[in-house]
Amino acid sequence: MSEELPFPRVVTGTHGPEEGAGAGTPWPGDVPPEQDDTWYPLRDDPWRARRVELFIALLWGVTAACGTGLMAVYWMGGQAQLEGALLFCGFSALGAGLVIWARRLVPGQEVVGSRGEHTSAPEDRSGVVGSLSRGTDAMLSRRGFLVKRVLVPVGGVFGIAALWPLASLGSRPDRALFHTKWYPGARLVTEDGRAVHVDDIVVGGELTVFPEGFIEDPMSAAVVINIGRDKLQAHTVNGYNQAGFEVVSGGNGIVAFSKICTHAGCPVSLFNVLAMQLICPCHQSTFDILQDCAPVFGPASRPLPQLPLGVRPDGYLIATRDFVEPVGPGFWDRGSEP
Amino acid sequence: MSTLAERAAARKRAERSQSALDWLDDRLGSSKWLRSAMDKIFPDHWSFMVGEIAMYSFVILVATGIYLTFFYNASGAEVVYHGPYRPLDGQKMTIAYESVINLSFSVRAGLIMRQAHHWAALIFIAAIVFHMGRIFFTGAFRRPREVNWVIGTTLLLTAMLEGFSGYSLPDDLLSGGGLRILYSIVQSVPIVGTWLAADLWGGNTFPGNGDFFPRLFVLHEFVLPLTLAGLLGAHLAVLWRQKHTDFPGPGKTEHNIVGSRLWPQYFVKTNALLLFVAGVVFGLGGLVQINPVWVYGPYEAARASSGTQPDWYIGWLDGALRLWPHWEFRSFGHEIPNPFFPGILIPGILFAVIYAWPWLDKRIYRDYGEHNLLDRPRDKPLRTALGVAALAFFVDLTLASATDLIGNALGVPFETLIELMQYGTFVAPIVAGVVAFRVCVRLQRGQVHPIQRPVGGIMVRDARGGYHTVGAAHDGHEASAEEHGLEPAGAGPPAGASEAH
Repeated sequence: MSEELPFPRVVTGTHGPEEGAGAGTPWPGDVPPEQDDTWYPLRDDPWRARRVELFIALLWGVTAACGTGLMAVYWMGGQAQLEGALLFCGFSALGAGLVIWARRLVPGQEVVGSRGEHTSAPEDRSGVVGSLSRGTDAMLSRRGFLVKRVLVPVGGVFGIAALWPLASLGSRPDRALFHTKWYPGARLVTEDGRAVHVDDIVVGGELTVFPEGFIEDPMSAAVVINIGRDKLQAHTVNGYNQAGFEVVSGGNGIVAFSKICTHAGCPVSLFNVLAMQLICPCHQSTFDILQDCAPVFGPASRPLPQLPLGVRPDGYLIATRDFVEPVGPGFWDRGSEP
Repeated sequence: MSTLAERAAARKRAERSQSALDWLDDRLGSSKWLRSAMDKIFPDHWSFMVGEIAMYSFVILVATGIYLTFFYNASGAEVVYHGPYRPLDGQKMTIAYESVINLSFSVRAGLIMRQAHHWAALIFIAAIVFHMGRIFFTGAFRRPREVNWVIGTTLLLTAMLEGFSGYSLPDDLLSGGGLRILYSIVQSVPIVGTWLAADLWGGNTFPGNGDFFPRLFVLHEFVLPLTLAGLLGAHLAVLWRQKHTDFPGPGKTEHNIVGSRLWPQYFVKTNALLLFVAGVVFGLGGLVQINPVWVYGPYEAARASSGTQPDWYIGWLDGALRLWPHWEFRSFGHEIPNPFFPGILIPGILFAVIYAWPWLDKRIYRDYGEHNLLDRPRDKPLRTALGVAALAFFVDLTLASATDLIGNALGVPFETLIELMQYGTFVAPIVAGVVAFRVCVRLQRGQVHPIQRPVGGIMVRDARGGYHTVGAAHDGHEASAEEHGLEPAGAGPPAGASEAH
């Protein structure tokens, strides 16, 4: 090696292709046999070594102080910020001391070792196939019937039987995703249990409602919006509204939709009253209320299902029946007939 | 140097060690292995420490995590909160959420443990990703290290699952929304989706029947950590067997290894790194608030707020869900719902490519040989460009998970941002890739190749003011510096410096 290097370097083992690719000593022969393991940067400078030693001691003293402080803080009831600062200082000072120690005072230097060969000798490589064949020959060639015709199918059956208990993890999905808790005549109630009267929502107002008796049922959450008689009639374009899903009373034009986004199931909880849009905060699917909550922006591809509304003689809003299609995000057999 | 007393003490110590190690060797035959282990050589390069940062984050995660399990209560049962945190007084919540509030406010040192745990998780995955980038861009995955690339990728996936499951345990409004989305993604799997979701959550609609939190907890504090520990053990064992790669440099060849020994140099330094990681994690845990679940409130299915973002490593998935167009496939009474594509198909393809990369790389470069010396990223412009393009893609998706925040900050409608970022999924990788490629080629031309010209040499100024590099041999490669002379940097491409591998 070159003499110009600023540090002593121990070279051991064989290295370099000039000695042939296979010249490395067998793995793990990377132990340089003769190296000067006593050398360290401050070996010849005891005075500076002493100073460094004292500095490290000072750093570790900081750690001890932090430890004492931690005990005091904990004893006095704990305080996260102080604990954090003390732990940071304590750990860092301990680590800094170690690094200085390793770099200045710990003997050892950069060494060069052989990588050797990490592959096995040729006779071992062929030998292992021999060992393997001893078993596979006996099992597959001579007893092929047992293995291929009997053991594989038996293992298959037994393996499938072992999967059976997984079914206990959950119940059959059945048609649970197709229905919610809304029933004909169910009053619309808010989260705190108050039934919604036809005059409770001002034009441009919006409320989250549940079927009476099923407050906070996650699948049944719905948004009821008063878009006003004029707008409702001006913008009624298709389907649901004409089927009589809305409630018109005085100047009120009230509609209700599922609050569960048809994209990924988040509650569609943002209401843009100027644009008459419902927006999902999770992925920004945007539904146009005046177009029966058809998706107009974002990843959702289906409208929010509309809840058929009615009004009781006493003026309370009710659902006339459940949503006409499954609410929420899609699934494989969503389109199947009941 | 040493005094007589010191030498006598050293002799005595050696005798004691000898008898202890002999005792062990009599029973296990351990001395040969122990000797080679202590003499093992570890190359010194700062970028090799990033994997260690990940490992030490894991150590801290296990330690703080065990502490947290003593206070966390994985139950979906509902209670009404009456405790020291007044703003939540009288609120209905699950026992899981209540236990997190209590361990934050009523358990001394509970808050710093919880926050340090969360910070450590973020650093853990960041370090894994950084480490993986280092492996990718320097070609350290090449033969014989493909196995560790596969194990490492599995570690990343497991760590992401582990992180997401832990983030979901408090059952707060933020993480509950995340679980709702995950449920929809699982439900979107063709044919088996509804069954899968029902079996995972234990009920046939979200949020299940209350079995879910105990299950999530078992996954988070038993199954996944055990998997991580097992994979990490395998990762280290393979590394130990194959030894580190190293950058080309003076005196380094494919057949040798240069660095400091495990004992004592490397041992002391690596423990210092553990302490630094611990210092930073606990410093952040105490001083920088993270995931204040008491601000978000307990999860309620009908509530969500805007400006909600997942932990950073899940951001790209959330962004993919935002950017994927409103496509669903419906026919014959069946449908493949929208979340399946950005939530399962795209990540599946991406990770399949990542897993397969060592073999794709072999085909691209027709290089099936063994490599212990690393590439510098500039040496393989195509690989570097593809890696940078992939990073640009992930950055675009991650930014997309914050469209609402960015839109608010810049006063730009989120619609505009989403459209821009949709284009960005194509444009950003192409632009970043092309730029990276050109930068690589530029660097190759403009600077001296480390294999042809030593990087560790000593610059000497002679009497006439000229500069010369001295020392530092270079061997192990076909080209020698003599062939290329010593022209000054920037004087054009030396022959053979292009991508001729």
